[in-house]
Amino acid sequence: MIAQDLLVALQGVSSEVAERESADWPSFNCPIDSLVAVLKVLRDNHGYDMLVDATGMDNGVDASPRFTVIYHLLSTANHVYVRVAADCADSENPVAPTVSGLWPGADWHEREAYDLLGITYENHPDMRRILMWDSYPHHPLRKDFPLAGHEDDLWDEEIREETGTKVIPAPMAGGPFVSKSSNFEAQKEPRAKDESWNEKKEKPEG
Amino acid sequence: MVSSNADIGYNSKVEGGVIVSKADAVINWIRTHSLWPMPMGLACCAIELMAAGASKFDISRFGAEVMRFSPRQSDVMIVAGTVTYKMAPIVRRIYDQMAEPKWVIAMGACASSGGMYRSYATLQGVDRIVPVDVYISGCPPRPEALLDALIKLQDKVSTETSTQNLFKVKS
Amino acid sequence: MATESKEYSMPDAASRAAQASEEFETEKLELSMGPSHPSTHGVLRLNLELDGEIIQKCDPVLGYLHRGDEKIAENMTYNQFVPYTDRLDYLAPLANNAIYAIAVEKLTGIEVPERCQAIRVLTSEMARISSHLLGLGAYTMDVGALTVFMITFTERENLYTLFEELTGARFTTSYSRIGGVTRDMPDGWMDRVLGFCDHFLPLLDDVESLLSRNRVFVDRTADIGIISKEDAIAYGLTGPNARASGLDLDLRRDAPYSGYEKYDFEVALGENGDCYDRYLVRMEEMRQSVRIIRQVIAQMPEGPYRAEDAKKIILPHKDKTLTSMEELIQNFMITTEGPQIPAGEVYFEGEAPKGALGFFIHSKGGGVPYRMKIRGPSFCNLSILPKLCVGVMVSDIPSILGSFDFVMGECDR
Repeated sequence: MIAQDLLVALQGVSSEVAERESADWPSFNCPIDSLVAVLKVLRDNHGYDMLVDATGMDNGVDASPRFTVIYHLLSTANHVYVRVAADCADSENPVAPTVSGLWPGADWHEREAYDLLGITYENHPDMRRILMWDSYPHHPLRKDFPLAGHEDDLWDEEIREETGTKVIPAPMAGGPFVSKSSNFEAQKEPRAKDESWNEKKEKPEG
Repeated sequence: MVSSNADIGYNSKVEGGVIVSKADAVINWIRTHSLWPMPMGLACCAIELMAAGASKFDISRFGAEVMRFSPRQSDVMIVAGTVTYKMAPIVRRIYDQMAEPKWVIAMGACASSGGMYRSYATLQGVDRIVPVDVYISGCPPRPEALLDALIKLQDKVSTETSTQNLFKVKS
Repeated sequence: MATESKEYSMPDAASRAAQASEEFETEKLELSMGPSHPSTHGVLRLNLELDGEIIQKCDPVLGYLHRGDEKIAENMTYNQFVPYTDRLDYLAPLANNAIYAIAVEKLTGIEVPERCQAIRVLTSEMARISSHLLGLGAYTMDVGALTVFMITFTERENLYTLFEELTGARFTTSYSRIGGVTRDMPDGWMDRVLGFCDHFLPLLDDVESLLSRNRVFVDRTADIGIISKEDAIAYGLTGPNARASGLDLDLRRDAPYSGYEKYDFEVALGENGDCYDRYLVRMEEMRQSVRIIRQVIAQMPEGPYRAEDAKKIILPHKDKTLTSMEELIQNFMITTEGPQIPAGEVYFEGEAPKGALGFFIHSKGGGVPYRMKIRGPSFCNLSILPKLCVGVMVSDIPSILGSFDFVMGECDR
């Protein structure tokens, strides 16, 4: 019921708002241009006054649209949640509008999404990395980034010269054994998620 | 007339306030029983480190209760927790700031080897960035394990030749 | 004729600073506090811009404990990820386990038995006490009272003994699993928990008598770091920090899960939203937790402690695995391929001791989540720091950080 009412109300903002598949709360897909307007209506007219979570996800390297931004709002009076998702247009350099104007708390969430997924938020007051160090070149939560990571330089130049330590891919041998879902039985056999060290390659130095 | 051998050995009335021993033995004795830790509390293990310092396990029984957050005043760095690549240079910097002689205890699986965090962000063992004297297993190790590591470190300290650097002639 | 006297008023921080800069040549001082600093409770770093002792700008730097939990989750089966939830908020792993398990169960649609729900509530509340005790001990140590730290840690050791008896570990428990808990409670364990409660409440009164009217403690905490209710909502604050600002939001009462609706408890609220109120709210929450624990134990239902019918989700009993073919295959499939979770999206928040801990899981079916976002309450709670710390003194920072009671494990993930 709530979902239907909300859908009607949100379609007044943008006709392209559609319901999104969800196992729990009312959930909507919305075009990225009207994202801020939709969230503002939810906040001002429907009591969803707290932004509990803002994040993004990578739908796969070949997927189009590749990146989706996802927001979870909570109504502090009625204690119900709503999920709003919007696909980013550009798969190479995904861009989303910032909602830090509506909720100042969105600032850090968006910096995190930028850091881990590489989604740039337009008009964000302070678009910097938040979790990885500033000179880190990758976006780790992208699907083409391996869990073990890539080789890189340590960020502190002085310590780098003193110790000679590098950022190296983590040795995964013996690491999580996971089977991929596949139609072929042979490919479902569990394998170590090995990305740097196996029988053919030497164990990394150090 | 000597009636018993109770007077043999050290007697302050005879020798005064003087005992004769090896410099190494004295210095090591002093160092062994006042290892002041630099608690490098990074993650979960820091809680067990705090527990070791608190009332039940009481690390002060081993002379190591003086947790100094200033590297200049501490002797042993206890790396308790996951060292990430972002944190690693800072751990090294603090280690460099500590005065000689200094030792390092790698507390827990993460500090020893990266532990269960085989990922892009985690340094795979703090020994890649600072020399480690004692490793402690466990995720997290119990406070008893930390005390055991401290005793092992005391054993190590007590056998070091502390004087060899003191009287070395600089060439 | 009365002499006219100018009304005297204490100038506020900003006007004092303005006056000072008129009188002297001053320059801004940049101070990096942390990541290794006793009052930052781990590895938070604050880049402060100071004018004298007054903070003009505060820029928190996070990520010194970013271990890649979300990426690890995408590469593991749902069951394998349970130990990682221990290490999010490592002061209350039992609560994290339960919330993660409930999130996945929501996606799966399995119902856990009542006894399992009651055990989860019981352990979550014990975790809350243990977390608040550490928060309190560290907080008071930061503002200069070491005695309370010793008292709270003694009590934590008693709790750890109980946890160890129940789960086998002191605090990395991995106790709640998807579809149940690992094992039933040992005989007589509930009596020992009740014994702990009886012993704990008078002790809490002792702690309160040491602090609540202590001149030094009150001076260092009252009217420091005031958060308004509007700010609390705007920055997404949850848990005791939000309730101290008067935001009446407690997911245990408002969106009950795991059978919280069966128990009777009050939600502690503050009025001013300052450091002192945050302390008071936590003290009251511990009392309420004891109240819940007593009710849970009084009404503890009999029955199975895990959902035995969820065949593709939960591992079979070990003795059956070794004797029966069907169970052996089931064990093998769940261990290698992971529990078979249907496709879908779910977002579940539960009231962890630090605030609302949320899991957003996007599943494409199979044993491995496609995307898992962890909403750490400490992350959101700390996001107010750049606003809160402007205009306060450097010496107030330990009070503010201590009263926030944050954990970098779930903040950086």
